Amino acid sequence: MDFQLTDRPIDPSRLMAGPGDTRAGAFVTFEGRVRSENGGRSVKTLDYEAYAPLAQKEGRRIVKEARERFPITDARCVHRTGSLSLGDIAVWIAVSAGHRAAAFEACRFLIDEMKARLPIWKREHYADGSTEWVNCATRGPGAGKKKK
Amino acid sequence: MKKTVCVRYFAILRDQRGLGEEHVPTGASTASELYEELRLLHGFTIPADRLRVAINDEFESWDSKIKDGDALVFIPPVAGG
Repeated sequence: MDFQLTDRPIDPSRLMAGPGDTRAGAFVTFEGRVRSENGGRSVKTLDYEAYAPLAQKEGRRIVKEARERFPITDARCVHRTGSLSLGDIAVWIAVSAGHRAAAFEACRFLIDEMKARLPIWKREHYADGSTEWVNCATRGPGAGKKKK
Repeated sequence: MKKTVCVRYFAILRDQRGLGEEHVPTGASTASELYEELRLLHGFTIPADRLRVAINDEFESWDSKIKDGDALVFIPPVAGG
């Protein structure tokens, strides 16, 4: 499967197992991990919630677009759902290509598009006991601002 | 004409509605009209211009006509990755 959602911990060693494609001289992976700080607030844990049927479709479309745009031989993405702790892998992306430039560029394209387009939401739990759906603020200075 | 559609809620909209899914009898003819109805009824804080809409598990435009039995999701600003 080139794109999948999982509610289990992501295990890169298992995902990378199996015979490699000998045409691929470059193999680039990206791990998005849960960070302890966001916008100056101390994060303790977070939850990812997905609209699964549409996230699956959109994820596969993004991988297909990457294959059309870049000369790569393979691309795979996994996104977590459920409750995650600091340091856990939230998203894992692997790209194989004949050469490194396409592998790096496709990997960057994949993570940027996934962040912008997948119907997945993140609720952060802060050290002060409060929680917030990230990007969903509707009042205060952060409302409506795009996060980097 | 009255129709009944299924609405699923995620993230902040699920919290504000207090449930994940409901069947809604409505006179709304478009997705946009339906969201306005629900926003006024339940006090949703996100304006439509910060949401997207999906009908039957596919992204659609706000002026899409809705019909009896459709499944709608109003998609709050996403934060994957």
